[in-house]
Amino acid sequence: MRIQLRQICHARSGDKGDTGNVGLIALRKEFYPVIVKYVTAERVKDHFAGIVLGRVERFELPNLWALNFLLHEALGGGGTKSLKNDAQGKTLGAALLRMELEIEEEMEL
Amino acid sequence: MKEKVRIASGQGFWGDLQSAPIDQVTKGPIDYLVMDFLAEVTMSIMQKQRKRNPDLGYARDLVTIVDQILPYCVKHNIKIITNGGGANPKACSEAIRRGAQKKGITGFKIGTVLGDDILDRITEFRRGGIGLDNMDSGESIDSVGAKLLSANVYFGAMPIVKALQDGAQIVITGRTTDTGLTLAPMMYEFGWHQEEWDKLASGTVAGHILECGGQASGGNFSADWRAVPDLAHIGFPIAEAYPSGDFVITKHPHTGGMVTAQTVKEQLLYEIGDPTRYITPDVIADFTTIQIDQEGMDRVKVFGVQGRPTTDLYKVSMSYHDGYAAFGTLTFSWPDALPKARAADEILRTRLRDAGLAFEEIRSEFLGLDSCHGPLAKTSGEINEVVLRIGVRSHSHADVERFGRELAPLILTGPPGVTGFAGGRPKPSEVISYWPALIPKRVVTPEVFVNEV
Repeated sequence: MRIQLRQICHARSGDKGDTGNVGLIALRKEFYPVIVKYVTAERVKDHFAGIVLGRVERFELPNLWALNFLLHEALGGGGTKSLKNDAQGKTLGAALLRMELEIEEEMEL
Repeated sequence: MKEKVRIASGQGFWGDLQSAPIDQVTKGPIDYLVMDFLAEVTMSIMQKQRKRNPDLGYARDLVTIVDQILPYCVKHNIKIITNGGGANPKACSEAIRRGAQKKGITGFKIGTVLGDDILDRITEFRRGGIGLDNMDSGESIDSVGAKLLSANVYFGAMPIVKALQDGAQIVITGRTTDTGLTLAPMMYEFGWHQEEWDKLASGTVAGHILECGGQASGGNFSADWRAVPDLAHIGFPIAEAYPSGDFVITKHPHTGGMVTAQTVKEQLLYEIGDPTRYITPDVIADFTTIQIDQEGMDRVKVFGVQGRPTTDLYKVSMSYHDGYAAFGTLTFSWPDALPKARAADEILRTRLRDAGLAFEEIRSEFLGLDSCHGPLAKTSGEINEVVLRIGVRSHSHADVERFGRELAPLILTGPPGVTGFAGGRPKPSEVISYWPALIPKRVVTPEVFVNEV
């Protein structure tokens, strides 16, 4: 089935220097294995083509049904150097929730 | 020993809701009010204020807040802990003392934590072989040199614990970790010692949840934002802490917002790196061990947190002058709003090029279209209006100023249907860049002073 990440997750994002972080949290426990399987660092890097210039790191927090992503070189230099409207990466979480996935599993949303 | 301690968050940043600390001390019982004022570049702004006036350089909002709540805090023995002393904790404590005396409130103690400011010691450290290289890029501090604006060590909970042990009712610090503000009262009240790593980790996690104020109690909540009740009267989060290290995140009754497993999770994930290594001067907390359980309405229990010994290094937050920037906006209306905005952007760039201006970066974004999500943003059909936002950055102040003069002429010499230029010419603002580094703990010593008012 085809889903958009926002149907199964919520997210919050922020900044550390020029690195954005996105905490991606499954809305229900059964969605967590799905995001672990499909929302890989490579896939997130592809999703953010043109936005994240550096590498993407992924960390797993099964206790919170969550993944944490570090998006390096994503904020136009960070801090007061950045010329971006969203210099603090506040909307990167929502941008990740735009991701569409084709998944093998059948789930009730 | 107290059975439990209630620690309330009163500010999530410098400029947060002014009513929040008042609500926290008046709308229900609490033991401590903690207020975080410092973001990455805040210290440099305060350091500049201090340079202009040696009696300033701290969060003046804090003095106003304390002025309003102090009578209540003294009467009900609520202690206040904050890093709002910024670049000048001494002057901040002094301002609070004067305010109290003016009101005739005496018989309490103010603790002040100094020693985090190492700006004047950089050369000494460099001579002593201490690197202070940029911990992200590895660059040498010598490349920044005289452009340094501020350099502050992140202290942890211990100096605050010391001030509390000496009887302080108010503790004013400079660059203390946000989490240390919350961990300190737990260590003090429950007598935790410095090697009880799991407890310190738990207190640190509590601090991380409280440090952004309303962001843990329904503010900026992404899951079902419409379901958050009465954000106009949001109640800031409170940690109800127990001697075991377990705690409950809650808020006062009859306030807006909500505390749920989801609001707490979002805040736990906020601005963290490797979750197994959340490093503070006090402990390394493992966020993958955190267990949470919604035990009732607006009550989320947090337990099971594990920690391990911290490092022998302090993090140093430095900032330096890195040129100038300016931003301007113009609004374009239907018809052809977007093509007109793009045309105006091209015209402006041509004029800047013709004038021979040297910018390190020119960035154009189209608000209403793509300023948040860039290439991921999708639009269907014609848009009614769009705002062209253009920013420039340069080490030449004159060039940035000249950019400001080139924007308004577009109203009469560009595409039609332009408006929204009421703000005047964009003015150059200073670019302050951030330089994180590490320093051995042995070369920096916190100083704690506690004085009776």
